[in-house]
Amino acid sequence: MTDIPLLSLAIWVPILGGLLVLATGSDRNAPLARMLAFAVAVAGFVVTIPLYTGFDTTTSAMQFVELTSWVPRFNINYHLGVDGLSVLFVLLNAFITILVVMAGWQVIQDKVAQYMAAFLIMSGLMNGIFSALDGVLFYVFFEASLIPLYLIIGIWGGANRVYAAIKFFLYTLLGSLLMLIALLYLFMQSGGSFSILDWHQLPLPIEPQILIFLAFLIAFGVKVPMWPVHTWLPDAHVEAPTGGSVVLAAIALKLGAYGFLRFSLPIVPDAAHQLAPLVITLSLIAVVYIGFVALVQADMKKLVAYSSISHMGFVTLGFFMFNPLGVEGALVQMISHGFVSGAMFLCIGVLYDRMHSRQIADYGGVVNTMPKFAAFFMLFTMANSGLPATSGFVGEFMVVLGAVQYNFWIGFVAATTLILGAAYSLWMYKRVVFGKIANKHVAELEDINGREFAFLAILAACVLAMGLYPFPFTEVMHASVNELLRHVAVSKL
Amino acid sequence: MNFVVPDFYPAAAEIFVAVMALVIMLASTFARSIARNLSYFLTQATLIGAAFITIYTMEGEVVHTFNNLFISDLMGDFLKLMIYFSTAIALLYGRGYLADRKIDKPEYYLLALLMTLGMMVMVTANHMLPMYIGLEMMSLALYTMVAFDRDSARSTEAAMKYFVLGALASGLLLYGMSMVYGATGTLEFSAIAQAIYNQSANQTVLMFGLVFLVAGICFKLGVVPFHMWVPDVYQGAPTAVTLVIATAPKLAAFAMAVRLLIWALFDIAEEWQLMLMLVAAASIVLGNLAAIAQQNIKRMLAYSGISHMGFVLLGLLAGVVEGDRHFALNAYSSAMFYAVSYVIMSLASFGMVILLSRAGFEAENLDDFKGLNKRSSWYALMMLFVMFSMAGVPFFIGFFAKLSVLQAVVAAGYFWLAVLAVVMSVIGAFYYLRVVKLMYFDEPVDASPISAPAEVRVMLSANGIAIAALGLAPQMLMSVCAYALLGSL
Repeated sequence: MTDIPLLSLAIWVPILGGLLVLATGSDRNAPLARMLAFAVAVAGFVVTIPLYTGFDTTTSAMQFVELTSWVPRFNINYHLGVDGLSVLFVLLNAFITILVVMAGWQVIQDKVAQYMAAFLIMSGLMNGIFSALDGVLFYVFFEASLIPLYLIIGIWGGANRVYAAIKFFLYTLLGSLLMLIALLYLFMQSGGSFSILDWHQLPLPIEPQILIFLAFLIAFGVKVPMWPVHTWLPDAHVEAPTGGSVVLAAIALKLGAYGFLRFSLPIVPDAAHQLAPLVITLSLIAVVYIGFVALVQADMKKLVAYSSISHMGFVTLGFFMFNPLGVEGALVQMISHGFVSGAMFLCIGVLYDRMHSRQIADYGGVVNTMPKFAAFFMLFTMANSGLPATSGFVGEFMVVLGAVQYNFWIGFVAATTLILGAAYSLWMYKRVVFGKIANKHVAELEDINGREFAFLAILAACVLAMGLYPFPFTEVMHASVNELLRHVAVSKL
Repeated sequence: MNFVVPDFYPAAAEIFVAVMALVIMLASTFARSIARNLSYFLTQATLIGAAFITIYTMEGEVVHTFNNLFISDLMGDFLKLMIYFSTAIALLYGRGYLADRKIDKPEYYLLALLMTLGMMVMVTANHMLPMYIGLEMMSLALYTMVAFDRDSARSTEAAMKYFVLGALASGLLLYGMSMVYGATGTLEFSAIAQAIYNQSANQTVLMFGLVFLVAGICFKLGVVPFHMWVPDVYQGAPTAVTLVIATAPKLAAFAMAVRLLIWALFDIAEEWQLMLMLVAAASIVLGNLAAIAQQNIKRMLAYSGISHMGFVLLGLLAGVVEGDRHFALNAYSSAMFYAVSYVIMSLASFGMVILLSRAGFEAENLDDFKGLNKRSSWYALMMLFVMFSMAGVPFFIGFFAKLSVLQAVVAAGYFWLAVLAVVMSVIGAFYYLRVVKLMYFDEPVDASPISAPAEVRVMLSANGIAIAALGLAPQMLMSVCAYALLGSL
């Protein structure tokens, strides 16, 4: 192991770099802002690579730990570390940030520096969330990441952006403030410690456990989002600029799910077992009902947004199966969904930049004018519907197996997603891409340029690699997942 | 009774300010041509000088003088320093504003100095009498300052309202003091505490007195149900004066609450905690809900101030739980930290209103903030800091203020109160977000450049950065608050 504070670098390189980009000021310096943002994003990714190469897959302990006192008055520490559950998300996040910067290269012409800076700062804050081991530090990053996303949706978003931005902010704020009370309660019960690892060992009676679980459920459930508190997501997605949608889908939704693994399951395992039926029911509703909702969408972004909710329902379902297949499957699904949904939004962004419409009805026959694009879009649509050999299949299959182990009928209901997912994804693809050229706007479309080709190709490679050979991903999480399940199986009463 | 020459040393700062006030009065009478600048700079110099004297005469222990009428302790010294600091900044922000409206008379600075002196007396009072005198001194100066733009009907109306309601509150307070005197036979705080401890006080009379005292304190803090003056006065007063009212006097009122409730009446804490609980809950609910409906930013900040003061009370009411007092230091220092944080945020928020105003134009509607990001992205960023800080979003000081108060409330076991405060904070976040929305998402309606003087710009930037910097490193201010109270409890 090295002495370089890699996690701090992963957090602060993008944030400080973002401030630097912000300092380039007005749009006169836009080219400089773009180049600088790209450099920072790449640097931010480079510093996370040693996290993977230097990661010890044999242990479930926290690695790359950094511990300094921050606010001694409340015993709040700057405590960072990653294990198998979180390390991949740090990498994924840093990676997606590069794509987001590339995706906004030409489209964003207004307040370029602020746009790029917002994404870079958010990327740093999200790395902070995934690596924080102190309750307040986690909370601080969790909340602070709302600010850039609020601005991104509100400034560069679509027509109804203000409503979407405020709805997004208030929904998530309510959840997280309830979590804050739970954190304060745990602080008190543990005799003045905000360390998440201490809380994992803290015995708690059942009633507080249930209340804490519910507070966490609201906080993380809103973020995931779970049915019925998902309604902010379609609005936010539809109104956000492409980069915002990508970050929302690929990273922000993972924060909630990650919260379940880091907080809900290990801190209040008994409540998690008792309330598992509730979470499973909500997850199944998300999988099936939201799947049907996705089917009837006329707006492509909304369709993908609903499909995200449905996929995330799969993730929460996997967690509450309490078996290795379920949890690992859910984690794989999270990573895969990060690639696939990010790619889907980028594809829609490619179309939107040309046509300024997201309505499925405005398209048709795109394959005739944009063959290269159609090929990529095909791959990602297949991945979204969980076709074998794409990353989408691995996670879904593992979760379904885990669910069948737990209870056949739950597995059965969950498996309907394979049909529903295929139905809404492929039907949309058919209407948009195939058929005759629908109108003269489609006839004038130009195929993707080199920059667009680059980021779609990178994502396509990731999707295929993960689908064909998921071992490098599962290997990393294996030890931590087993340890987590061992821990959750022991009662804390 | 023998006359003993009292020890003047602990009161050196008060004496200095009083003397300087007279000097400024005389100087501005005789040097008419330069009176404006002279009185401004002399006032600022006095505040700085007083700060040096306070630091120099600071002693680690509690010192009484003037027959126990006066007390010098760390809490008092710290609050006094914060009062000089916020008054000095408020005067700095307001100077250009007053000059643009041709009301920057030398008397204005004189009144500000007398107000400061009143607050200093309140902070260092160890007896009902100086407490009351200090309060009146502060209030009378403030009433006059509100009416300073005497040709403005709205200002004079606000001043009248403030005066009538303020006088009523003073009356209530005085009545309460007289009852406490009736019950305990003394006006000195430590002697009152002793009398209550010995159970020699008449409980019925004492409780009546307590109710009136709490009412008086609540009026000065501006919390429900004694908040009616707050929005009208904030809106009606010239913005420079609103800035003064919304900052230092809150600290003085906090000091009054600490001296009266904690020093004198600590043994009946559970009685007044119950009252504060209702008041705090009502303030947080009403302040946040009413702020949503406001179109005028000064009124909006007034209602937001009501809810912030509710949060301060949350800290004060969490000190004693079923007779157990070991939460007290934690709770009261959280409340103090909140009050100080609020003052820092409040300075910046009204400072922004002043920044956008210019001769003949009051930037007091929310719409005046539209498109600020296009006009000046730097000040939009500063206002963004202030708004998110007030909403309690982290990496800003407001978050740690809320965290420490909520922590105290949870430690005391009042979960329902914490949940209520949190839910109302979410509702409150809406109107702060709306300001950010106006600045960042909307197009400007007024494209004129920002014309504030350089010192205001520099100070406001420093103020905004301080909000973020203290949010990144809150420990120092927190420990200062805890340390200042440690010696006094």
